[in-house]
Amino acid sequence: MTFTAPVLSYTLLSPILILLGGALIGVLVEAFVSKALRPVVQLTLTLGTLMLSLFQVWRIRGEQSLTPAMGSLVIDGPAVLLQGSILVIAIISIFLIADTEHFTPLAAALPGSAEEREAAQAGNQVTEVYPLTLFAVSGMMIFPIASDLIMLFVALEMLSLPLYLMAGLSRRRRLASQESALKYFLLGSFASAFFLFGAAYLYGFSGSITFAGIRESVIGGSGNDVLLLIGMAFLSIGLLFKVGAVPFHSWSPDVYQGAPTPITAFMAAATKVAAFGAMLRIFYTVFANAEWSWTPIISAIAIISMLLGSLVAISQRDVKRMLAYSSIAHAGFLLSGIIALNKAGLDATIFYLFAYGVATVGGFAVVTLVRDSSGEVTDLNRWKGLGKRSPFAASAFALFLLAFAGIPLTSGFIGKFSIFSAAYENGATAVVITGVLSSAIAAFFYIRVIVLMFFTDAVEDGTAVEIPSILTRATVVISAVITLVLGIYPAPVLDFITDLAIFIR
Amino acid sequence: MTTSTSLVYLIALPLAGAAILLLAGRRADKWGHLLGTAMSASSFGVGLYQLMLMLDRPTEQRPIGQKLFEWINVGEFKVDAGLLLDQLSICFVLLITGVGTLIHIYSISYMSHDKDRRRFFAYLNLFIAAMLLLVLGDSYLNLYVGWEGVGLASYLLIGFWNQKPAYATASKKAFVMNRIGDMGLSFAIMIAFATMGTVSFAGVQEHAHHASEAALTGMGIMLLVAAAGKSAQFPLQAWLGDAMAGPTPVSALIHAATMVTAGVYLITRSNFVFDAAPTAQLLVVIVGAITLMFGALIGTAKDDIKKALAASTMSQIGYMILAAGLGPVGYAFAIMHLLTHGFFKAGMFLGAGSVMHGMNDEVNMRKYGALRKFMPITFVTFGLGYLAILGVPPFAGFYSKDMIIETAFNAGGAKGIILGVTTLIGAAITAFYMTRVMILTFTGTKRWDDDAHPHESPWLMWLPMAVLAIGSVSSGFLLSRGDALENWLHPLFDHHAEHEAHLFEPIVVSAMALTMVAIGVAIAFVKYARQEVSSVAPENVSIFTKIARQDLMQDRFNEAVFMRPGQALTTTLVAADDAVIDGAVRGVGQVAMGSGSALRGLQNGYVRSYAAMILVGAIALIGAIWVVVQ
Repeated sequence: MTFTAPVLSYTLLSPILILLGGALIGVLVEAFVSKALRPVVQLTLTLGTLMLSLFQVWRIRGEQSLTPAMGSLVIDGPAVLLQGSILVIAIISIFLIADTEHFTPLAAALPGSAEEREAAQAGNQVTEVYPLTLFAVSGMMIFPIASDLIMLFVALEMLSLPLYLMAGLSRRRRLASQESALKYFLLGSFASAFFLFGAAYLYGFSGSITFAGIRESVIGGSGNDVLLLIGMAFLSIGLLFKVGAVPFHSWSPDVYQGAPTPITAFMAAATKVAAFGAMLRIFYTVFANAEWSWTPIISAIAIISMLLGSLVAISQRDVKRMLAYSSIAHAGFLLSGIIALNKAGLDATIFYLFAYGVATVGGFAVVTLVRDSSGEVTDLNRWKGLGKRSPFAASAFALFLLAFAGIPLTSGFIGKFSIFSAAYENGATAVVITGVLSSAIAAFFYIRVIVLMFFTDAVEDGTAVEIPSILTRATVVISAVITLVLGIYPAPVLDFITDLAIFIR
Repeated sequence: MTTSTSLVYLIALPLAGAAILLLAGRRADKWGHLLGTAMSASSFGVGLYQLMLMLDRPTEQRPIGQKLFEWINVGEFKVDAGLLLDQLSICFVLLITGVGTLIHIYSISYMSHDKDRRRFFAYLNLFIAAMLLLVLGDSYLNLYVGWEGVGLASYLLIGFWNQKPAYATASKKAFVMNRIGDMGLSFAIMIAFATMGTVSFAGVQEHAHHASEAALTGMGIMLLVAAAGKSAQFPLQAWLGDAMAGPTPVSALIHAATMVTAGVYLITRSNFVFDAAPTAQLLVVIVGAITLMFGALIGTAKDDIKKALAASTMSQIGYMILAAGLGPVGYAFAIMHLLTHGFFKAGMFLGAGSVMHGMNDEVNMRKYGALRKFMPITFVTFGLGYLAILGVPPFAGFYSKDMIIETAFNAGGAKGIILGVTTLIGAAITAFYMTRVMILTFTGTKRWDDDAHPHESPWLMWLPMAVLAIGSVSSGFLLSRGDALENWLHPLFDHHAEHEAHLFEPIVVSAMALTMVAIGVAIAFVKYARQEVSSVAPENVSIFTKIARQDLMQDRFNEAVFMRPGQALTTTLVAADDAVIDGAVRGVGQVAMGSGSALRGLQNGYVRSYAAMILVGAIALIGAIWVVVQ
């Protein structure tokens, strides 16, 4: 038997290869660099890797290829845009992750044990989080460019496994953190099983694992439609689980709350970009011709996600849980971009993903700033009067909330406006009406938090104070600037997206 | 039209000054006033340079423009941020930056004891920049930006000493009344866009010929409302007296020489609208005539020197508006009176400031008297301004005001007679109250408080006054020699219907005007110089004086007609809002919260329930697909 070496297009794959290389070096750094130097070395290495990768993405922005890796991956405009968004979000999240306060000194120790105390006293830090982040980012980069089912599954697991681990690394509330990691892992495996099951059905339907092959069968209409529909439904469950759409959302409030906040920020923003990127490619290319079968179902999921996310967010008392439900509602808004199934919908979804991702990282970054002696204060009642005590944190948070609510002059408005108008163009009136209604409901609780921060007097135990940290501040400021610029002068970015965002098949 | 790249510096220099002074904060306290003055002076330099360039060009090439950037481009609606410098705007540019610079210099000394002097200069620079944008914008929308900018600067400067509640209220009053005028301007812009599809001056001028007269009349009336708000014309005049709460240099620059004349600029600039809308034009004349009498009458009873001058400003702008309402024959004279008034009124305000400076900020003229000996320079410069406003030849006002009176008579028929007589009586009353101000302040006996030690002001203050006094003396002669200003502005206006028969020869008009002035002076002399003036205002005065002291009941009128019904309406609306709209919102909120709490129950924390939920979801999905396929 002869072995044929695969033909790889190294330039087009370089962003991913750089990330994997950086991650592997990071593992070696863990083994060979002294404990004192590790944080600095890892941070520099990770940032450098991400920047270099982003630079490579910029360089290949005009390229298109169906065969950068023997037909398993595809590089085109949307691929470049999504990869770029993921990298930008990762870079601003890294500043947040680099803040030492958030992670346990010894992940393997039992919570509250003597080992843990010793590790804390020795000033240990889990610098493993940097290579883990890079591995996760590599998975996210592959997810939206995969063009066969095997690659898609590999990418899904590649991005998920590091996230399961990182969710359990919180310094405070160790038990809740570990519980959330386990929940995320168990439910994630459950969803992955559905995903694989669906992939098997799709193979049964078309006799092919490549997107192109499945697409041909869908167009040709030669296969068994029942196999196609079951395959499509189960594959979607795996993807909808990752984006946190109802009814596959139940993990997200618990995990968002339990995970260390920087990880929550990274996970909430970057995973959404990757998963929606993959969904866009699958629904816009592979299943586009079976629109009749999936549009009603995805519409229903979008509608209940928007409504449930917005309604339940109102009654939340914890800021991280509130943001989790808000992210469920946003998954619904983003699904209306999938339903739109037109060029405008593609452009709008990509813009929305980037804008929402940046604002999300910014929002969680502010959450990490509000602390007292026992760590972050996420109880909203203790955020009362924050505007007076730390105007920086409060006004930045207000800006991000306004962006989530889609108030003009923030990126959220442009995003919502373009995504809803694209969906409306395709006749998804019910989705758009629900979207606007639930945006109104959502605005209620976003603005309630703003009122709480600025127009309510502080209560006695409102001990929450901001501990300024340069790195976190950088995250907040960069996110705020992007949010404002995209809201006030979005034209260049929108034009850039419109020019690039064309799927090749 | 020729384009230029340097117009933007006119605005950019003072704007940069304002930005630097505001951003640098206390660090700039030492040199802030110098920077502010330098920025204003350099802008004046650019203006002079542009004037020289303009003089070198043949008439038809004199207007130049500069496109700054594409501002708005939404469907059919396209506006560029662009500047236009023509024969009209250059007059304003030089007035604003010239007088502005003098007042900057004056303020260095006048405000030297104020700890917030830097902030004051920042606002002054902001005002200069906004006012220049107002007169340089090439469309109504660009003008609107400047229009709001000067409103903001005016608000900030009237309330500069906002630690005193009365001053803060005054600035609020000015702001609110100006909003009514601003609304007029926005309506005018909307009408222009709706009927002509453009908001640029050139575009509106081009389309005005085909537009319906009704639309043009509507636009003209709205422009008049705008002008009335900014220029303190009837019925939006009530804020100007209270605006005197600001530091005196502000009163001189903003509330005498420049900003309050923006209404005259707006009407003159929109000549193509008013020329095609006779009804609106007639309303302009009527508003001008009413205000010139209104202001003059208030002026007769005011004991506060700044408020007397403010009433006089109102009245003099009434003259300008009246002239602008007379059509193409009047525009040039409106502008000429505006320029001469800029000199003599600013000069007199600075004189008043100088007097206050020497008298512990006392503004009550009944507490002055005999200041001539203590403040000779102030007396002379103020006196020259006085002669100019009276219209005594050969001082500035003689040329400009006489031309307005003459044009008013020439308007023809009963309208001409009524307007002519009104302007003549106005001239007599002006002579009366200005003479009263002179006598009460500078002659007669001392009526000061014990702690007053009047002294002449330092040179930084009297130098600008002297320069303005030179303007008060010579500007009228220079501008009217060989009809210089008239010919200069001639190409901008439509002259198809000019030169009707003269009702009176110019010499007759001058004679009548001078006679009326002499009568006014004589009455004032008899009433105030021949009798002892009491240092407290007498109580047993005629009902007319009482009414005049209360600004002809303008505030009571506003309260009764607008404020109370407005408050009643607001109360009703608030009640309705609480009951209906808030009720609905709260209802929605409560329903949402209720269902939110109910749904929260699903989130019980057990992985098995979550997995079950996913399973149920998956089964539902398959069920749904089943339904779709069937």
